[in-house]
Amino acid sequence: MDIIAQLFAGLSLGSVLLLAALGLSLTFGQMGVINMAHGEFMMAGAYTAFVVQGVVGDAGVSLLLALPLGFVVGGLLGLLLEATLIHRMYRRPLDTLLVTWGVALVLQQVARDVFGAPNVDVRAPAWLSGAVEIGGLALPRTRLFILALAAVCVVALALALRATPLGRRIRAVVQNRDLAEASGISSRATDRVTFFIGSGLAGIAGVALTLLGSIGPTLGTNYIVDAFLVVVAGGIGQIKGTVIAATALGLMQAFLEYSTTASVAKVLVFVAIVAFLQLRPQGLVSVRTRSLA
Amino acid sequence: MSETTTTAAAGTASGLPADKELLLKADNLEAGYVPGVNILDGCSIEVGKGELVGIIGPNGAGKSTLLKALFGLVNITSGTVTLDGQDITGMKANSLVARGVGFVPQTNNVFPSLTVEENMRMGVYLRPRTFDQRFEFIVDLFPTLGERRSQRAGAMSGGERQMVAMARALMMNPSVLLLDEPSAGLSPVRQDEAFLRTRMINKAGVSVIMVEQNARRCLQICDRGYVLDQGKDAYTGTGQELQSDPKVISLYLGTLAEDVEKEN
Repeated sequence: MDIIAQLFAGLSLGSVLLLAALGLSLTFGQMGVINMAHGEFMMAGAYTAFVVQGVVGDAGVSLLLALPLGFVVGGLLGLLLEATLIHRMYRRPLDTLLVTWGVALVLQQVARDVFGAPNVDVRAPAWLSGAVEIGGLALPRTRLFILALAAVCVVALALALRATPLGRRIRAVVQNRDLAEASGISSRATDRVTFFIGSGLAGIAGVALTLLGSIGPTLGTNYIVDAFLVVVAGGIGQIKGTVIAATALGLMQAFLEYSTTASVAKVLVFVAIVAFLQLRPQGLVSVRTRSLA
Repeated sequence: MSETTTTAAAGTASGLPADKELLLKADNLEAGYVPGVNILDGCSIEVGKGELVGIIGPNGAGKSTLLKALFGLVNITSGTVTLDGQDITGMKANSLVARGVGFVPQTNNVFPSLTVEENMRMGVYLRPRTFDQRFEFIVDLFPTLGERRSQRAGAMSGGERQMVAMARALMMNPSVLLLDEPSAGLSPVRQDEAFLRTRMINKAGVSVIMVEQNARRCLQICDRGYVLDQGKDAYTGTGQELQSDPKVISLYLGTLAEDVEKEN
């Protein structure tokens, strides 16, 4: 019974990590942009849910409205950041890191000025309160909802990349910018769309986080490092890898936490990732070709 | 080739045989990767319709940069490029593709995770409806690609990948094809195949501008050649003329024999 409970806790944690990391797997994994403000886009998504609830009132309706709106808010912030700053430094990852970190601090302060420093609460809808009982095990409905949401986001993103013309464009530019241009694809326009989607996914993750607790201006900082770790461990630019890594890290954290404490578990997870990347620097999943380059 | 061609005239912008109609012209191009450092420093070339033009020169002469500048992948700081009389200076690569310029990069010139057929579909990304008709043309030219249409390009050998890369660029039915060192990284036998393939493409009616390290081989198949030196067009002439021009030989084609003689 305990094992199943931990299993669920791990999967649930994994799904939160996955939501946080999925957008990064596009912007960082595929485009190679280190966007430290990704967490703040999550925060913006969370506050979007807060504002929507203030306007709409009904918790159920506001949640369903907040998900697409959070996507748009996160996406627009990302688009703005890409168009003003990031596109000037595509080949300078360290500069991007510093600049986006600065942007993250600015966004946190903006949130503090607008919404106040104390955390705020977003009410979960009635149909997500309580838990589902399975074999004497209580599974909180909010956690189940986030699991389902993560699954939907992954499937939607994978389908969009695999089966749509836009997805083909994104994959082409990611794999080989010059060759994509040589095929008539505008890499500039594709970069913008990719960044919009990646940042939008952060917004959705933020909305989901409002179901797990109160939210504050520093919400994003709690997730950004873990999200980067998931993408790196999963293998750069591989959604499959991101999914596996998020699940594995969630499970590892949950089981280690159960037998030790939360901080020790975190340390052990970090150590495991470092060791893993020593053995497999390219991450879990990578593309192989016959060419040397 | 045409008798009207003048031999090796340093710094001249022209060189186009009188019986050829001008297709692409680069006039006094200056371009580079870093502001203030020009790799191309007043380079001019002309390419006629149906011509196969080779561009050779020592390492660092600006051969690849010239090709990339023509294709809008490197910023042009001064000078003009015209295609069929229209100014295309500074146009982005993706819009040049629509105007009939094809480009094959030197390395990483296929999408490795895609099959041969999918690579060809990327080639007609802007005109997907023409796929069937163009693919037929490609298979006529390179029957191998028809047989291997569902093989992943990343799993193919270097020579085969080069063929896929050329075919992809031909899918848009370009009026001029820019080839960046088609023989790079291939064994001598495969190099010859790549050169013969280039000639075949040219015979099928596509003008070709080819940058090459392998100068002798390149001049053997070209209608005309340009020798670049330090970012400028130093000499032009027919392939045969350049091969036997003493100035070209001393500049580039090989002083190794003389050096060895001196040593002895």
